[in-house]
Amino acid sequence: MKYIDEFRDGGVARKIARAIEAEAAPERAYRLMEFCGGHTHAISRYGLEDLLPPAIRLIHGPGCPVCVLPIGRIDAAIWLAGQPGVTLVTYGDMLRVPGSGRVSLLKAKAAGADIRMVQSTQDALALARKLPDRQVVFFAIGFETTTPPTAVAVKRAQTEGLSNFSVFCNHVLTPPAIAHILGAPEDQAARLDGFIGPAHVSTVIGWRPYQAAAEVYRKPVVIAGFEPLDVLQAVLMLVRQINQGRAEVENEFVRAVTETGNAKAQALVAEVLELRETFEWRGLGSVAHSALRLRPEFADFDAERRWPVPQSDASDNPACECGDILRGLKRPSQCKLFGTTCTPENPMGACMVSAEGACAAHWTYGRFRDHSEASP
Amino acid sequence: MTLPKRAHPRPLDFAHGRVDLGHGGGGRAMAQLVEELFVAAFDNPALSQRNDQAAFEVPAGRMVMTTDGYVIHPLFFPGGDIGSLAVHGTVNDVAMAGARPLSLSAGFIIEEGFPLADLRRVVESMARASKEAGVPVVTGDTKVVERGKGDGIFITTAGIGMVPPGVEISGERARPGDAILISGTMGDHGVAVMSCREGLEFETDLTSDSAALHTLVAAMVAVAPGIRCLRDPTRGGLSATLNELAAQSKVGMRIHEAAIPVRPEVRGACELLGLDPLHVANEGKLICVCPPEDAATLLTAMRAHPLGGDSALIGHCQADPHHFVQMETALGGQRVVDWLTGEQLPRIC
Amino acid sequence: MCLALPALVIELLPDDMAKVEVGGVRQKVSLSLVSDVAPGDYVIVHVGYALSKLDPEEAANTLALFDELARPPAEVA
Repeated sequence: MKYIDEFRDGGVARKIARAIEAEAAPERAYRLMEFCGGHTHAISRYGLEDLLPPAIRLIHGPGCPVCVLPIGRIDAAIWLAGQPGVTLVTYGDMLRVPGSGRVSLLKAKAAGADIRMVQSTQDALALARKLPDRQVVFFAIGFETTTPPTAVAVKRAQTEGLSNFSVFCNHVLTPPAIAHILGAPEDQAARLDGFIGPAHVSTVIGWRPYQAAAEVYRKPVVIAGFEPLDVLQAVLMLVRQINQGRAEVENEFVRAVTETGNAKAQALVAEVLELRETFEWRGLGSVAHSALRLRPEFADFDAERRWPVPQSDASDNPACECGDILRGLKRPSQCKLFGTTCTPENPMGACMVSAEGACAAHWTYGRFRDHSEASP
Repeated sequence: MTLPKRAHPRPLDFAHGRVDLGHGGGGRAMAQLVEELFVAAFDNPALSQRNDQAAFEVPAGRMVMTTDGYVIHPLFFPGGDIGSLAVHGTVNDVAMAGARPLSLSAGFIIEEGFPLADLRRVVESMARASKEAGVPVVTGDTKVVERGKGDGIFITTAGIGMVPPGVEISGERARPGDAILISGTMGDHGVAVMSCREGLEFETDLTSDSAALHTLVAAMVAVAPGIRCLRDPTRGGLSATLNELAAQSKVGMRIHEAAIPVRPEVRGACELLGLDPLHVANEGKLICVCPPEDAATLLTAMRAHPLGGDSALIGHCQADPHHFVQMETALGGQRVVDWLTGEQLPRIC
Repeated sequence: MCLALPALVIELLPDDMAKVEVGGVRQKVSLSLVSDVAPGDYVIVHVGYALSKLDPEEAANTLALFDELARPPAEVA
């Protein structure tokens, strides 16, 4: 696969890893957060930690929109699916996430709710056209990468007068979340030396939006592609910035990310959606100006205006350490629930509910590191 | 009074007819269906006797028996259908004990309204697969359920076979140091079936690898009777099967990603959907755990067989109280190959 | 997050759609979020939409840079 396989070359990976080893000062720690769940997944799935010297510590951030969606919003989606005449349409990622009382969309479907999986908002629109007597509600989740497709769908629905289509909007924003983590008081967040910035979010928003955080908090940010060589190169670029005392935004993913990003997509999003004053992030608490809702001009397509969707305050198990894990203060194996009560089969908190949450990734790919008795 | 020469007033309308409740009622309609479709297609002495059971001589020795249910959707997919799958799957379950399959049974639960054309297509495909494998369907059963109470058609099977003397193949026999071999590319069947499923629109030239593996197994057992375990990685893929064997045998495993053959189209489809080929079903492949000294001989024998051309040594068993299946990634890092909770779902994140 | 792939555009379709290919597997995607896409281009695809064009020159530069960056800074001109 072109532009994929070349960026997975084992020989080049080892070369870059050797360079990192040569340049990372062994007496100091380089605490690097990858914000994006896709990077968490790539690191675990390829075992990249094994190629890096111990001085490099990779911390998994909250860039997983499935993970950070509060339980209350999942409950709301399940509530919507239970309304008469509603067909709830969702991406596959949300189907197994449990809301309150261990009910997930998949379980609600088994109990009779009309819930369907789609790969694209195009499919959601097609379903609304095909089922004029059903209220097709699209469960919109995701960061800035996934938001423009929702905007396209809403505009299309308006043009076609597709009055049975609506969106339950949970889109969230990356730069405010990064600033929130960097700005947290010292006792509430791990000391971070640098950020590996999201790949595909940045194809939409460009790399300029990260400059404010880099300048204000004096931390380097390197935008990295999702392939393992991209991640390794970004680590090398961060090590160099840290060694040289720089705090700039650098772009490793030049083949897809520009300074200003995709203007057409940004304009469409700005036309259809607006900022919410505040939004709850599971594990992080309330973050100001970090999420979007439909503009009043598109109120007709806003599921939260069409139905009295309940706003619940459901919270996680008090023993769940996701909050500290998302901020890099603790590792998954330091949570009492990890691997005992809390597994991907029975997730208790944000970090376990999605394949790329820190705890799920550690469980699925890395938990053998917690034990050392395996021998050939 | 003499009985009319023709048993049934009108032959079955395979072009436009549908299965109705009468066809499962045990009366003339069912007899006609059995005769004009099932017996005609499967065409073997046992079935042609038209008893409710088949009687036959059995060789002395160790017999194996297996049973399976087939509920796949869609019924027809590139490279196969529910009928051929039923034959291959059952023959394979018998073969994974190292046994020579002798015969099969097939029970059909058909939904009222199911087109006779589709039923004939399924049964004829099954009959072809059975003949090619040399394993007859000697007895069967037919039931019809009301519309809405069945997903078109369900097929249940049983299979029996005989284990050659000196062969003891079972999931708990793997030991530290044993070699792990696979007979070919991973993920073909699952991706081929997914490409037809609604809601997952993608096009590919890939076909299912559905195949009967008993002759491959016979060739393997002939050169290495000391094989410890055989299993076909069906639902759940390679990862589920390796984890099952590791748990049964109470060993760990260490495998190498670079050694596992995966077709480019399977890689491409899995990338698009966010799936891992190691979790995707196969229906014409097997995993073999053998003493390390047998690995080279077995690989040669497997690669010489039409169904084993891409066979590979992918790793070894090791002592591990946690029974982890560890994998060295293509980049040289380490990760666990885990056992999934349920079926893999496509993801966008 | 944001599973997205570089895919080859093989055919333009009506209604602002295109057929793309990854590793021999073909899919239809929307071009509503991009402009000036032609068969032969590579696009980054996410949830059935092309999000941006991939720049082949920059891709080649990156691969070359891997090689150069993997040498200690003193050696880089």
